[in-house]
Amino acid sequence: MNTPANLKYTKSDEWFDPATGKMGLTDYAQNQLSDIVFVEILVEAGDAVEPGKAIASVESVKASAETYAAASGKVAEVNKALSDKPETLNTDPYGDGWMVKVDGGDFGDAMDAAGYEAYCAGRAH
Amino acid sequence: MTYIPISPKERDAMLKTIGVKSLDDLFEAIPAKHRFPQLDLPPALTEMEAAAELADIANSNENIRGDLVSFLGAGMYNHYIPSVIDHMLRRGEFYTAYTPYQPEISQGTLQAIFEYQSLMTALTGMELSNASHYDGATAAAEAVNLAYAQFRGKRKKVVISPTVHPQYRAVIRTYTQGMELELSGDDGNADLDTKPEELAGMIDDNTSLVIVQYPDFFGRIFDYTKLIETAHSKGALVCVVANPTALALLKTPGEMGADVVVGEGQPLGLPLWYGGPSLGFFTTRKQFVHKMAGRLVGETMDSRGQRSYVLTLTAREQHIKRERATSNICSNQGLLALGSAIYMSVLGKTGMRQVAELCYQKAHYAADQLSQIDGMGLCFSDPFFHEFALCVNRPVEEVNAHLLEHGILGGYDLGQDYPALKDHMLIAVTEMNSKEEIDQLAEVLAEVSHG
Repeated sequence: MNTPANLKYTKSDEWFDPATGKMGLTDYAQNQLSDIVFVEILVEAGDAVEPGKAIASVESVKASAETYAAASGKVAEVNKALSDKPETLNTDPYGDGWMVKVDGGDFGDAMDAAGYEAYCAGRAH
Repeated sequence: MTYIPISPKERDAMLKTIGVKSLDDLFEAIPAKHRFPQLDLPPALTEMEAAAELADIANSNENIRGDLVSFLGAGMYNHYIPSVIDHMLRRGEFYTAYTPYQPEISQGTLQAIFEYQSLMTALTGMELSNASHYDGATAAAEAVNLAYAQFRGKRKKVVISPTVHPQYRAVIRTYTQGMELELSGDDGNADLDTKPEELAGMIDDNTSLVIVQYPDFFGRIFDYTKLIETAHSKGALVCVVANPTALALLKTPGEMGADVVVGEGQPLGLPLWYGGPSLGFFTTRKQFVHKMAGRLVGETMDSRGQRSYVLTLTAREQHIKRERATSNICSNQGLLALGSAIYMSVLGKTGMRQVAELCYQKAHYAADQLSQIDGMGLCFSDPFFHEFALCVNRPVEEVNAHLLEHGILGGYDLGQDYPALKDHMLIAVTEMNSKEEIDQLAEVLAEVSHG
């Protein structure tokens, strides 16, 4: 499981990069979902988001999930390229697989990498 | 499915497990007097007696396979049904097949649906078809759901042509209750003589979908290309409700640029019954596949590299996506979809075109004859397919009663839905109507006119 140290993480498996303001779906989540075949970004530039608000809807071959904002802030940009290449979420969840970029992102009490790893380890079955 | 009987011993064990003394305890919530009502049933009959009685009841119907000549359409049409369809449908493998969730035991059913989907896309000129809906009206309502989901509920207006089937418009209203949509364009005062372009003025940035019918409810043929261009320029989608028989002859809605094409599949080799069960077809463009309701079969390869079929993209459906799905419809009309696929395969491109041409030509002969009757006339002058509105200048009910005395099932009373078309009937003519029948209709109508 890939868990970059510079990112913050949520219990609903999203990541947030305080340096760039980008957020997306974690490596753990994409692995659980398996092959992702569809992604729809639900917010637009200018929208306000906050933790718990859905920013994207993701469908894999076996499941469907919503991705929630990992930090609050104002949406500066959404990754429009994702809808044509949803598999990017599987291959590069922390890079080209970013979903939304916010300005002034406040990640509140999101976990650090070590905390998220421990959290994921705790729910392994 | 195996019937699993239950012994008193097993029943007692189950009651004990859940902590209930007797079966009656489970029905406590229902007042005793309603639990086992006395049914007022006649004495039991033998099979022979029952068959005779049922045949008697059935014979009190007048049907169009011998008793009556029909000129009634308005959404359901009397076409010839090749006998091979019924023979195929009655095969046990198809007749009792259940939802093909397990591809390893459902290849026949899955392939049949895949073939149906392929044929429907060819007929409508679209890229993608779902596995079907229960009827044309609900398929049209699902188009509203698709558009609603496409704009994530942000566009609240749906523009509906007043010449979309009145019952389809009613079903759409029922379906969309609670969605806070504004359905406009078809209020009672709408001018029915206006051309489709008039609807364009109603399309704005808040419009998710425009719905038109092709041919329209009065049988008229319009090219919607320009209207669709206008809708697209406002970002709205367009749904065309189409008659599948007409599509074998006319420019397809796909060629006009439609985003969704739906309709009633009954004309494709399915009986009229009493108005159902029926078949709704739903076709669209690939880009909307994730917003499309219903089941979808795809072709793939199995682990041995053999061609095979599976339900695909199911994560968009309600049983997985729950309340976030476009629609709560996950089912389809499998057996009748197969029936229509057999119909299209048996007739082929040439045969279907021939049926459409016969309908067109016979309807035009009929329109020509009927419009010559004193006091009667065609309501519209636009091109039409196999149906036309005829002004009969007296209550349609009276006219139809008179026709019925002559063994003719007359046209649909348009005044029921369109007050402006009081004393107008919608006459449908198909390949089933002979020249003699049309001439007889003209004769009886002339009598009515002079009487």
